[in-house]
Amino acid sequence: MSDTSTVTDQIRVLVAKPGLDGHDRGAKIVARALRDAGMEVIYTGIRQTPDMIAEAALQEDVHVVALSVLSGAHLELFPRVVNACRERGITPENTLFLGGGIIPDEDADTLKETGFSAVFGPGAHTGDIAEYVRAHVPELDRS
Amino acid sequence: MTSELQEWLDGPYAKATGRFPERREEFRRSSGEPLDPIYVNGDNGEAGPMPGEYPYTRGIQPTMYRGRLWTMRQYAGQEDAEASNRRYRFLLDQGQTGLSVAFDLPTQIGYDSDASMSEGEVGKVGVAIDSIDDMRTLFDQIPLDRVTTSMTINSTANILLSLYAAVAEEQGVGRDQIGGTVQNDILKEYIARGTYIYPPKPSMRLITDSFDYCTREVPRWNTISISGYHMREAGCTAAQEIGFTLANAIAYVEAALEQGLAFDSFGPRLSFFFACHSNFLEEIGKFRAARRLWASIARDRFGSENQRAQMLRFHTQTGGVTLTAQQPDNNVIRTTLQALAAVLGGTQSLHTNSLDEALGLPSEHAVEIALRTQQVIGYESGVADVIDPLGGSYYIEQTTDALEEEARNYIEQIDALGGAVSAIEQGYQQAEILEAASGFQREVETEAEAAREGDRTAGKRGRVIVGVNRFETDEDSDVEIVRVDPTVRQRQIEKLERLRDRRDPTAVSAALDAIQQAAATDENLVPLMLDAVKQSATLGEISDSLRQVWGEYRERIVV
Repeated sequence: MSDTSTVTDQIRVLVAKPGLDGHDRGAKIVARALRDAGMEVIYTGIRQTPDMIAEAALQEDVHVVALSVLSGAHLELFPRVVNACRERGITPENTLFLGGGIIPDEDADTLKETGFSAVFGPGAHTGDIAEYVRAHVPELDRS
Repeated sequence: MTSELQEWLDGPYAKATGRFPERREEFRRSSGEPLDPIYVNGDNGEAGPMPGEYPYTRGIQPTMYRGRLWTMRQYAGQEDAEASNRRYRFLLDQGQTGLSVAFDLPTQIGYDSDASMSEGEVGKVGVAIDSIDDMRTLFDQIPLDRVTTSMTINSTANILLSLYAAVAEEQGVGRDQIGGTVQNDILKEYIARGTYIYPPKPSMRLITDSFDYCTREVPRWNTISISGYHMREAGCTAAQEIGFTLANAIAYVEAALEQGLAFDSFGPRLSFFFACHSNFLEEIGKFRAARRLWASIARDRFGSENQRAQMLRFHTQTGGVTLTAQQPDNNVIRTTLQALAAVLGGTQSLHTNSLDEALGLPSEHAVEIALRTQQVIGYESGVADVIDPLGGSYYIEQTTDALEEEARNYIEQIDALGGAVSAIEQGYQQAEILEAASGFQREVETEAEAAREGDRTAGKRGRVIVGVNRFETDEDSDVEIVRVDPTVRQRQIEKLERLRDRRDPTAVSAALDAIQQAAATDENLVPLMLDAVKQSATLGEISDSLRQVWGEYRERIVV
């Protein structure tokens, strides 16, 4: 990562759909909202494997990896994405991991233990998501 | 009474009731006064087109729900075949009149449970079916000559149809006796739902193969359920739902005509599937508009002379996307309104969502309330006692006209882009849907901001979602979360190992080779798939053999 890469640069976000779930309305709405909020957003499309997502995160040098699953497979798939990212040096210390979908509160707590800083469920306001990203990206260790 | 009405009562209505008596000898007001079957505007001396008559605005049958209520059909399926079979038998015991199978994503996308792509998804959104062993268990003690089954399956529809026919045969029920539906609607998968496998051309061929096969061999089977539901869930408007769905229908018809099939022979087995959202009167108008528009397309565009091929028969599901995770009990009221609109719009079958589905899979208790909702509408509300009770309302009739016109415009735009398949390849429907979804989201968030700024007039600036952006409470919901047994995948893997040990490997590879060879020709693939599943070839093996010939579709990303 270059020395000039600081938090004053445009925030880059990868929005990804791991697993086989095709419900992409939420992912696309969030991708658009973050783009409208001035961030650079890369949306992967559906049916991405953990390795594909981690590779995209690496190539695009993103500050945020935002995952969406509505099939109930989040407890299996989200931690596998974090692991695939770790193998490439992308960790919760230097990258913000966010989750979204039909995710019960107790599962959100479990995901936070595996490296996710926040989980947004049905009814979340996209403005709150953008604000969360803006507040927490400066805390990342991007050195 | 107008003479037109009398003619109809003496003619088509009397004929229908002569064949099948109505549910009751008489339907009455609370005072005991008998109700007429239908009401018309008596002042202008004409009744207009009646139910069962072109263009079917008032319904497709002459007696509608006076003859028989709609089919109450709850979409269900989870974990493995054993668990789902228990749920189906529970639903049938509770008075449900048809089955609707939800498959897990690997089954829908042509992967066996042991494939690496299946990890995490086995048994999650529906039942895992890998082979005929699973299918046999799924319908254990369910008589397939008496129950009709709807299967939400698209890319792998012909494999599931083959499995169903093979299991029916084991029960002693012939192909000509089984009744049901496969969704088989690949175009909306490219647009909104995402369970495609192959590129459009071979996918369309799989569909015309099933039209051709079922017309000859499985005459009671609905070969396709052309679906607006998922496009609506993804965000489109009511008019777009009709327009995009009927444009897809036109594409299927044209593909079948190119194969040399005759519209009036396969047309009667086309069925449709719509969502029903909370804008009560608009939704009623939507169903009436869809019927009228399809009738005119069938007659005028395809030259149909068979009335049955002009009738738009449809299933309805209440709007999943309208359910809220906040104050989930409110979802019972939303679902009730939506179900009532579907009935007033003349649906043939109905699924009512459960109150807890914005939080996870439905609990048995929530499913029971959802089914009871339909029973209360059907047996207590009286709306099923007269035909099209809202017909003739100025607002309903004008909404019907307006939605038909708007939908017709969308079809013209899609025609101008070269038809539905070409429009999808250009990303047209996807972009329209995302635009509508974004607009909806803006309205909801504008309202949330108004509430946060202390504007006390709810709904003045944006769109109110009760319990989400207005009338919020802090209470935690006490909805029980249903979990899928995490050992399902391991159990499926063991079943697959036993299957592979037991079956005749030579026969299996011969059956798969035959499919692969036929895939490169015009030969109908359904009989070959039926052979393969009987030889215990798996769903993943059959799908893979076609992947090798046809390749896989890559999404055109629209954001």
